[in-house]
Amino acid sequence: MDGADRREFLEFDRVQKSYDQENLVVRNFDLSVAEGEFVTLLGPSGSGKSTVLMMLAGFESLTSGDIRIQGQSIARMAPYRRDIGMVFQNYALFPHMTIAENLAYPLKLRKMSGAALKAKVQEYLDLVELGGFGNRRPAQLSGGQRQRVALARALIFEPRLVLMDEPLGALDKKLREQMQFEITRLHKQLGFTVIYVTHDQTEALTMSNRIAVFNAGVVQQCDAPDVLYESPKNGFVADFIGENNFLPGELVGLDGGSAMVRISSGETLRCRRADAERVGMRCNVSVRPEKLFFDSPAQSCENRFHARFTTQLYVGDFIRYFVELPDGTPVVIKLLNDSAAPSFTEGEEVTLIAAPQDCSAFEPTDPIPEE
Amino acid sequence: MTQTGAAPIRKPLHMEADLALTPEEKRHARREVRRHRLRAFLLVAPLLAFLGFAFLAPIGTMLYRSVYNPGMMQLIPETLDTLAEWDGVDLPPEEARADFAVELRRLFNERRSGRLGEEINRVMPGASSTIQSTGRALSREDEADVAARGAEMLAEANANWRDGRIWRSMQQAGQVYTDRNFLTALDLERGPDGEIRARESARIYINLYVKTLRIALIITLATMLLGYPLAFYLSRLSPGRANLLMIFVLLPFWTSLLVRTTAWIALLQTNGVVNSTLIRLGVIRQPMTLLYTEFSTILAMTHILLPFMVLPLYAVMRGIDPSYMRAAMSMGAKPLAAWWAVYLPASLPGLSAGAMLVFIISVGYYITPALVGGTDGQMISNLIAFHMTESNNWGLAAALGSLLLGLILVIYFLFDRLVGASNIKLG
Repeated sequence: MDGADRREFLEFDRVQKSYDQENLVVRNFDLSVAEGEFVTLLGPSGSGKSTVLMMLAGFESLTSGDIRIQGQSIARMAPYRRDIGMVFQNYALFPHMTIAENLAYPLKLRKMSGAALKAKVQEYLDLVELGGFGNRRPAQLSGGQRQRVALARALIFEPRLVLMDEPLGALDKKLREQMQFEITRLHKQLGFTVIYVTHDQTEALTMSNRIAVFNAGVVQQCDAPDVLYESPKNGFVADFIGENNFLPGELVGLDGGSAMVRISSGETLRCRRADAERVGMRCNVSVRPEKLFFDSPAQSCENRFHARFTTQLYVGDFIRYFVELPDGTPVVIKLLNDSAAPSFTEGEEVTLIAAPQDCSAFEPTDPIPEE
Repeated sequence: MTQTGAAPIRKPLHMEADLALTPEEKRHARREVRRHRLRAFLLVAPLLAFLGFAFLAPIGTMLYRSVYNPGMMQLIPETLDTLAEWDGVDLPPEEARADFAVELRRLFNERRSGRLGEEINRVMPGASSTIQSTGRALSREDEADVAARGAEMLAEANANWRDGRIWRSMQQAGQVYTDRNFLTALDLERGPDGEIRARESARIYINLYVKTLRIALIITLATMLLGYPLAFYLSRLSPGRANLLMIFVLLPFWTSLLVRTTAWIALLQTNGVVNSTLIRLGVIRQPMTLLYTEFSTILAMTHILLPFMVLPLYAVMRGIDPSYMRAAMSMGAKPLAAWWAVYLPASLPGLSAGAMLVFIISVGYYITPALVGGTDGQMISNLIAFHMTESNNWGLAAALGSLLLGLILVIYFLFDRLVGASNIKLG
């Protein structure tokens, strides 16, 4: 099977959705997913990612477009015929059934019974490391255990597709990391196809094969995590994924794949050309905090600019330095807390350097609202 | 090499003595707890007083009254005293009969013999007229004469006094603590030898209890059928719109119960809205008898009690996450199967709370059946009210009420065994 065919396991074909017959919540959504792939829909709340998931599961209708699984349209298929497993944020475990009964429910619907059913339930309980919990009720389990049961219940009937709707949203940070690991392990072990919705980018970056970044109902970029992080296509993605500094400036020249931008402190930086196209336009140069360094004789770099030190925060394994450009734009630099970490006094003039491949020039975008 | 000092000796973080309270601290802590308890008690004291005064006391009185029957003892204490020694064979001793003649004469002259007749009549129908006519005859005699040959005078005045039956009835009616009211309420009576047997006349009360339970059950089912889909719909709406529609559900609570019931009279009477509309539409020729039937009682009470079903159902359904149904459906359950397996069990607490409320309220309902029920649609509470206000038989009314209370407790117990009382949720 070659790559092109594999991609067509699940297809969204110009899917649009409107709730009020006036405004589109999802616009022209196209996506092809390969069998066994882990694709995450990432975006701020209200960006349309959950709506896409609900349309895929069959709980929301499509306003236009089509969704196909293995070439067959499911746009008008009842949810219970779609053969799609689903994991919910609040687990949705049936409270009046034991854990084993919860797992057996989808199997009973498929007319499985007796020893085969028992064996399969036990197999999946063992799979999520809850072998001895079959007789407990959901209320007797912790959040992480419940989510593991929910996961097992969505997988036990071997659906052709598994959807996860912010499944780790209700867990605390430590459990969330454990569960990320757990989901990744099960995905590798069983090889099911996952569509995963989250607004937590760390989750998306660590687990996914590909991430589709949503904003205002439109997919901004759909790529592998490293591509998304290293070469975002536009300012929104650069801002949304990871932490970023935006230095305002003007595009003064194009040089092949590079864009020359004069920033407010007067220096001209060589940048990767993203969506900034016209010479003379206003644009932002983005540099991640960990790609910025203080000038030192040991390093030489084409891109260098001046700023004034304001303060620094000791975080433990690293140190965050805050500096300001002459026009007041704040810039963050993140350095490992090692013996080379410098220290400054407030108001001290500093010189910053960044490699050209780590700088990108973007058309200015609206800042993302804080959640 | 010696072992000494090989392992560091760990000092416990807290010695036990450090954690224990000193006697002074203990006293202080106890005083603190007492003060908290007193404050808590004072907060609920008004409610407790009210409950005792308005709930427990009346119920206690009712239970007591159903077995306590002091009427006869107040009227003819001496007769009952002497009658107590009689074994019930033939006639009572002459002394007892003479005592009775004296007391009857006095009662007649004080115009209180009617009450005596009423009391004996409950045990022996027809005795009242014997008492009255005998009393009249005795009143014409001199008191000393009556005291001397009272037994003879009684026998002369009425043939009944020559038979043991009326005396036995008197003895029975004179029991201060009696199960008579309960036997009557259960359509039983005591035979001549004191054995309990079914009453010969019609089984009024048992039939009425059965009918009351049947009507209450029908009303409960009807409110379920009407209320469940409504509550489901309301629970799926946005809170703003749900509140607006909830006002319509609650609207009946804001109008007088009497007004709502009378509205049904206007609708259902022979020339009422329903009949005249049907006649005008040509559906029927003659007006149907809708009012003063069991049907009208059920209809009006279903309407009045519907909010009691909708409110707990709504409160519970509001808390059911829609993802339960979605999860079931994503696993392959059709909507009806998913509802049965997931939604119904989740909404059961509300359903049982609503059913309990509606059933218990309707078992004891009074106003609506009294107004629209006619003779067909009467329920047990109407008969209790009848015995309290019309026939003045408070003992029987109390016995009927106590049985109703017992019945409801039994139903609650059965319900608890079947569904579990913990499954009741009022929101």
